[in-house]
Amino acid sequence: MSIFSDVPQAPPVAVFKLTADFREDSHPQKVNLGVGAYRTDDSQPWVLPVVKKVERLIVEDDSLNHEYLPILGLPEFRSASSKVALGDDSPAIKENRVGGVQALGGTGALRIGAEFLRRWYNGTNNTATPVYVSAPTWENHNAVFADAGFKDIRPYHYWDAAKRGLDLAGLLDDLEKAPEHSIFVLHACAHNPTGTDPTQEEWKKIAEIMKRRKLFVFFDSAYQGFASGSLEKDAWAIRFFVSEGFELFVAQSFSKNFGLYNERVGNLTVVAQDNENLTRILSQMEKIVRTTWSNPPSQGARIVSKTLNCPELFAEWYVPNGHMPLTSADIIAECLTDYFHFHMNVQNSVFGEKYCSCCRIYLSFISLSPPLCRKGNVKTMADRVLLMRDQLKSKLQALGTPGTWDHITQQIGMFSFTGLNPKQVEYMIKEKHVYLMASGRINMCGLTTKNIDYVAQSIHEAVTKVQ
Amino acid sequence: SFLSTLTQTMKGSHPHHYSPALFLYSSWWGGVQMGPPDPILGVTEAFKRDTNPKKMNLGVGAYRDDQGKPFVLSCVRKAEALIAAKQLDKEYLPIGGLGEFTKACAQLALGADNEVLKSGRSITVQTISGTGSLRIGANFLSRFHGGPRDVYLPKPSWGNHTPIFRDAGMQLKAYRYYDPSTCGFDFKGALDDISKIPEQSVILLHACAHNPTGVDPKPEQWKEIADLVKKRNLLVFFDMAYQGFASGDIDRDAWSVRYFIEQGHNIVLSQSFAKNMGLYGERVGGFTVVCNDADEAKRVESQLKILIRPIYSNPPMNGARIATTILNTPDLRSLWLEEVHGMANRIIKMREQLVAGLKKEGSTHNWQHVIDQIGMFCFTGLKPEQVERLTKEFSVYMTKDGRISMAGVSSGNVGYLAHGIHAVTK
Repeated sequence: MSIFSDVPQAPPVAVFKLTADFREDSHPQKVNLGVGAYRTDDSQPWVLPVVKKVERLIVEDDSLNHEYLPILGLPEFRSASSKVALGDDSPAIKENRVGGVQALGGTGALRIGAEFLRRWYNGTNNTATPVYVSAPTWENHNAVFADAGFKDIRPYHYWDAAKRGLDLAGLLDDLEKAPEHSIFVLHACAHNPTGTDPTQEEWKKIAEIMKRRKLFVFFDSAYQGFASGSLEKDAWAIRFFVSEGFELFVAQSFSKNFGLYNERVGNLTVVAQDNENLTRILSQMEKIVRTTWSNPPSQGARIVSKTLNCPELFAEWYVPNGHMPLTSADIIAECLTDYFHFHMNVQNSVFGEKYCSCCRIYLSFISLSPPLCRKGNVKTMADRVLLMRDQLKSKLQALGTPGTWDHITQQIGMFSFTGLNPKQVEYMIKEKHVYLMASGRINMCGLTTKNIDYVAQSIHEAVTKVQ
Repeated sequence: SFLSTLTQTMKGSHPHHYSPALFLYSSWWGGVQMGPPDPILGVTEAFKRDTNPKKMNLGVGAYRDDQGKPFVLSCVRKAEALIAAKQLDKEYLPIGGLGEFTKACAQLALGADNEVLKSGRSITVQTISGTGSLRIGANFLSRFHGGPRDVYLPKPSWGNHTPIFRDAGMQLKAYRYYDPSTCGFDFKGALDDISKIPEQSVILLHACAHNPTGVDPKPEQWKEIADLVKKRNLLVFFDMAYQGFASGDIDRDAWSVRYFIEQGHNIVLSQSFAKNMGLYGERVGGFTVVCNDADEAKRVESQLKILIRPIYSNPPMNGARIATTILNTPDLRSLWLEEVHGMANRIIKMREQLVAGLKKEGSTHNWQHVIDQIGMFCFTGLKPEQVERLTKEFSVYMTKDGRISMAGVSSGNVGYLAHGIHAVTK
């Protein structure tokens, strides 16, 4: 008789099951609009060019080793990450009351934060503190807080299905009625799964009530930069709350905006009232980390840290205000660097390309048509999503698909809550081989110029044939 | 009203209720105590602050070469180059990790031709190195083990075992293991204590290179332990963080694990590649559950995923890729085995040199245990006051229990260490 004979089969995680089903489908026109990962217009995963560059630098740097990181993670990574969230000129950072805990992705950051709150917030080991998550929310939020020990996890009104937008009245009412000290998980931007964010005015209302009712602010920030293309804009809510004096947590993920999904790069930013509180908090975070994973993985943090802390690399990742036009002097300089610079130490890299290790660049032929303006990698991704939103809406309108489709362009980020009901979703999957979540959530990144007509047509059929 | 009753109950249930006036001026975190520094990793922090040029860090178990430098294995560098050339994407791994890795990881521990692997009656998931593996295992036992909530650790054990199991909701007990009078294995005491452990309790065993003592049972002793554990119907949790490091031979070091399985124990096993591949910061590990049959293994796997997902969703790729490339590329694998053998040999040599050095200093104590103990660590037998003196007067950093990491000893500093130890023990 096995000790594990009573272990029941657990249901598979829905979003991964969807992808598994998609993989097994042999239909030539199948489309995967399920799991949230960026895809190019050729439906391929995209390793950011700046990431490729930095990875090469790391592999070729013999001075780097694989020693343990400190428990709280790579220091340069932690500080740079918190800066990305709060802004370079953040008063809170200047006041030395901001700290970071490097974590395994956004999930890891949420979990460490949740564990800390359960141990130290609203008393000690108070598992009864209510935790509010939006209705709907990322399906893993519930489990993170439940497994951290919280017994009372409740929904707050968020999505208004009828008007396909934010249920502000319901949200504000829930804030008013929540027991004091309740924890609220807020999506900093690009709400998952609805893609619907509060406006700045709406955020202000939310903050006012939360401050008055002593509710704890826990931001989940998985899409900074990815949503609008602007790091600043996507962090507006976080920075506003900080400026209002809240002590708060921000669970940051670099999975999407750096495309580093499988290296598990995240950071829990802690904004405390002062440095003394921060120090004690971080010391307790260490104890939680030590029994969870001891210390975090170094590869992803190194990539992000190098990029964020080096101006040239940062500019490849992200350019403020979108585009940085190259002057003709820039273009000439780039060509000269490629061809006429006397490279002192040219070697063959692992890729067979010529590599100058003194200026650390790869020599390539002058491109016949150099880019006339440089767009950061982040904006490249954000723009493609915006384009797909625009096109999907236009095509549905052109088809005369019943209903309004403005929400597709009003929503922001990777996901869109189409409004399709479960039966319509089933039709999409079974009859049209277009895979999406039962909630009607689609990943805009799954759309390409090649499949968008088919998808629009499929939605049209689902809406007209299935009620 | 219900809500006010609820609020009253909540007010009553926690001692640190803040009044509205207080809130405006106080932080949420006023009641958060300062956490003590980690006993092991805290040693490195203190070491870093020391300005003595002769300082030695014998705290954390990270291998150093004979120049005292971190050692990146050649097989690792070669594997990294191969991987870089492949230009792989960065898509999420499955929750249970890289399939090729978990397969190779299980084969390394159990032997490629193990009946367990052939029948598919085990499940291995990729974990965040050894700690992550132990924690997943502890969480799994906490949720699904129907037996007593007690986990029996050897006395002493790795310092982090206790808080890991505790945080997972288990309770800790101990069985005798180390005999301070011999600096060796208290075999009789162990058997005696194990014979009294209530049935179905969990017993944790270090597969090889016991941490912190370096004292391992001999094969004959393992056999008796296995027998007794079976009689007591205990659930065996093996922690194998040093496969390859103990004897230099990976199969020899995994002998205890394979023997227990052979004897019919359905074990759970934690593996780490931090030390034997020098992949410390990449966090590479595995957790294995040996089940009755493939169906049970599938059910267990599904539950492990449910546990993993709300901690970190899925594991990091980089280290697992490196480990897999090494294990599955024949000449890299041979190179690795050579390098592991080399690391183990250097440590054995340092043990011999330390004892020789102590004799030279004129120490009259019996230091044979330094040579007899196995793996990265040596339980010197030093008392806390002696450890403190060694740290304060000689800037030799180690944990308070008298444990030193032999990996931190080099031919350049072994004489100084012998001098220091002799000074505090004469």
